[in-house]
Amino acid sequence: MDMDAVVGLLHATIRLATPLLFAAIGGLYNERAGVINIALEGKMLLGALVAFMVAFSSGSPWLGVVAAAASGMLVALLFAYVTITLGADQIVAAVAINLMMLGFTGVVFRLMKAAISGSLSAPTFPEWAIPGLDRIPLLGPVLFRHLPLVYLAFLLVPLAHFVFYRTTWGLSIRAVGEHPRAADTLGVKVRAVRYLTVLWGGAMAAVGGAVLSIGHNSTFIENMTAGRGFIAFSAIVFGKWTPLGTMLASLLFGFADALQLRIQAGILEPLFRSLGIQEVAYQIPVMLPYVVTLVALFFIGKSHWPAAAAIHYDREEG
Amino acid sequence: MGETPFLRMEGITKTFPGVVANDRVNLEVRHGEIHALLGENGAGKSTLMNVLYGLYQPNRGRILLEGRPVTIHSPEEAIRRGIGMVHQHFMLVPPLSVTENVILGLPGARGILLDRDQARQRIQEISHSYGLEVDPDAPVGALSVGVQQRVEIIKALYRGARLLILDEPTAVLTPQEIQGLFAVMRRLVADGHNAIVFISHKLDEVMAISDRVTVLRNGRDVATLETRETNKAELARLMVGREVLFRIEKPPAQPGPVVLEIQDLVVRDDRGVPAVRGLSLQVRQGEILGLAGVDGNGQRELAEAIAGLRIPEAGSIRIHGQDVTRLDAGDLLRFNLAYIPEDRQREGLVLDFTLSENFVAKRFRHPPFSARGFLRRPAILAFARRLIRRFDVRAPGPEVEARKLSGGNQQKVVLARELSQEPDLIISAQATRGLDVGAAEFVEQQMLAQRARGAAVLYISSELEEIFNLSDRIAVIHRGEIMGVVRPDQVTPEELGLMMAGIRRDDLSGSAALAQVPDPTQEEASS
Ligand SMILES: Nc1ncnc2c1ncn2[C@@H]1O[C@H](COP(=O)(O)OP(=O)(O)O)[C@@H](O)[C@H]1O
Ligand SMILES: [Mg+2]
Repeated sequence: MDMDAVVGLLHATIRLATPLLFAAIGGLYNERAGVINIALEGKMLLGALVAFMVAFSSGSPWLGVVAAAASGMLVALLFAYVTITLGADQIVAAVAINLMMLGFTGVVFRLMKAAISGSLSAPTFPEWAIPGLDRIPLLGPVLFRHLPLVYLAFLLVPLAHFVFYRTTWGLSIRAVGEHPRAADTLGVKVRAVRYLTVLWGGAMAAVGGAVLSIGHNSTFIENMTAGRGFIAFSAIVFGKWTPLGTMLASLLFGFADALQLRIQAGILEPLFRSLGIQEVAYQIPVMLPYVVTLVALFFIGKSHWPAAAAIHYDREEG
Repeated sequence: MGETPFLRMEGITKTFPGVVANDRVNLEVRHGEIHALLGENGAGKSTLMNVLYGLYQPNRGRILLEGRPVTIHSPEEAIRRGIGMVHQHFMLVPPLSVTENVILGLPGARGILLDRDQARQRIQEISHSYGLEVDPDAPVGALSVGVQQRVEIIKALYRGARLLILDEPTAVLTPQEIQGLFAVMRRLVADGHNAIVFISHKLDEVMAISDRVTVLRNGRDVATLETRETNKAELARLMVGREVLFRIEKPPAQPGPVVLEIQDLVVRDDRGVPAVRGLSLQVRQGEILGLAGVDGNGQRELAEAIAGLRIPEAGSIRIHGQDVTRLDAGDLLRFNLAYIPEDRQREGLVLDFTLSENFVAKRFRHPPFSARGFLRRPAILAFARRLIRRFDVRAPGPEVEARKLSGGNQQKVVLARELSQEPDLIISAQATRGLDVGAAEFVEQQMLAQRARGAAVLYISSELEEIFNLSDRIAVIHRGEIMGVVRPDQVTPEELGLMMAGIRRDDLSGSAALAQVPDPTQEEASS
């Protein structure tokens, strides 16, 4: 591989990690507050569609992102209501949301296609090269020639670290996830903390979805997320519920994705040929990110979930 | 007298589905007093204080603070009104540091930014002025329960609590730690502005520390008395509702051959840390060996290892001379071992099974309870009815679910199953925990009956009084090691306390009583 190819691979790693990172860093907030969120998938998918539709009709990709965030919060609100207020099981509620969003986005997109003749292409973001920095050899092209949303995603990482470990909010979030009753006895509003973190997580997951539809592409495809919400969820676990760890895990999965695209494009062709293999079904490299997810989970060993994860809290239930 | 009391609770009623936990309860606490709230398990003490702390909303009744009626909707409001509570089960977040636990939920001095330095300083000030030593930076989960309790008290004081509720604070402490706590409590009320509500079901402690005492029974307040004008017998009668015997008569033991022999046993706990560390002991036929110790010093792991529920790391366990170290609970059935686990609801019973199913849980594979793989209901029901009668289980019938029974009756079901098989060896872990006095007495009598029958009994308990009542010999466990084995008539509770705190019997200086306590093995050899 030559230098350009390496730069291309690393650049793609960051690019492909971005949607995961939005969803995972956002989801980290509610996970630390004790709400498990396997509905990231559904919220990403909705965000992808809403961003696409709004960008398409308004002509502004920024408006698309804002609308996506709002839609993610709306679904998150529903999720929060049934789980936090009504005490429904978090896993079951999330599965329901995922299935609902898959169906909903599919139907809406088909209706939209039927209603609009001509090309269905939304405006996308321009690339923002950071002046000066992008001239650094190697690092410049890898790190500093991206869409604005990519920088934003990576800025969310130190922000999360700061919030969790340096603010009273973060302390409350962590306490609620570990021992909600203890937090309650000290006047922390357990439900409010859980609601807010779920809303924030929903917004961020949807923005992650927007990156898929109007970030690098400019289109929507049914089931466009293809499991990326679940991979983002795994990134939180693999990252051991820390912002930095979650970012590294997202990058690992982004790398696997970038690599698989290149394998599909044929970078390993010479190798296969020398092994006497004529053709590799494209499905095999596509599996790579998912296989990496599984293998990664082998290696982290026993994971330590927040102690109150997925457990409903009711003050009078003692 | 004319002075307005600090707190008045009037006619507090609080119901839970199917239970009246507090029934028109009145309570008055004065400035500068330590007020004991005495009652058996389930009497409604915690509920009453949770109402005061804003965790539960009462159905009826009112609360007056310094003469003014208040409603307390949330713990936050209680804190704001100067009420602090140390819960029976600590409200600490284990992975967070002491400082973080203390400042949790408080607005920071610097807005939303955490100000650990300033907090640390104030914690140290409180620490020093009340003798509550603690390292502000230690993660709470790594501290001993005694120190965790200090953190809880500091948490309340940090918030400016003037009325401090301590819910069964002594349950997890050694006798020496209890004295330390009492000293702190006296210091807290010394200036006459503060007050303490001290919840307990232990008469000695109530007599020792309180100024006045309110007794709760079945959700009602039955009396409020000046402590110095009452005595243990009167309090016991008020608490239980009838006369209580303080000592059980016990004929001398007639120990036979060794039934259980444990040698250099090492057992790890759930986190993989050795909880039993090179422990050796013997229990003989016809004797009760009491194992005393503060909770969490390896008792659970030891009991589970003997019962075949946890595989030891090293060392050996022998029953009747046969090595059973690595046998599991199923294999152990043929050794006729009875196990009364610490957590009767999770390990002792299947709560959703009926009584008869629970009774035959160990034996349903054999006749007469089954034949060729089919259960034989008539035999099972007849057996269940017999046990219900013999063990005086208060239940509507053998087909009722175990969940529906009170704690005392659930324990009777466990005892009935385990003891009806006439075991050679009994491992009993905290068998009277959470039981009312009557049920506890029943358990103790059953143990003595088994001993008279010739069973070897390892009786694990953290209640010293019970250990003294029942044991023929007492072994003290601390951090998974035996600190010494003594005879109950040759040791004082204080000396046992020191051993529970980790001082070996051999190192207890100048105590003649402890100097020589023969092991029955040696006694036999020499006689
Ligand atoms: N949160 C709750 N839900 C249902 N029942 C409860 C709850 N808390 C306490 N109780 C019941 O109320 C009664 C009094 O309990 P509690 O106040 O804990 O007693 P104490 O502290 O004196 O041991 C018991 O019968 C108990 O089972
Ligand atoms: Mg209680």
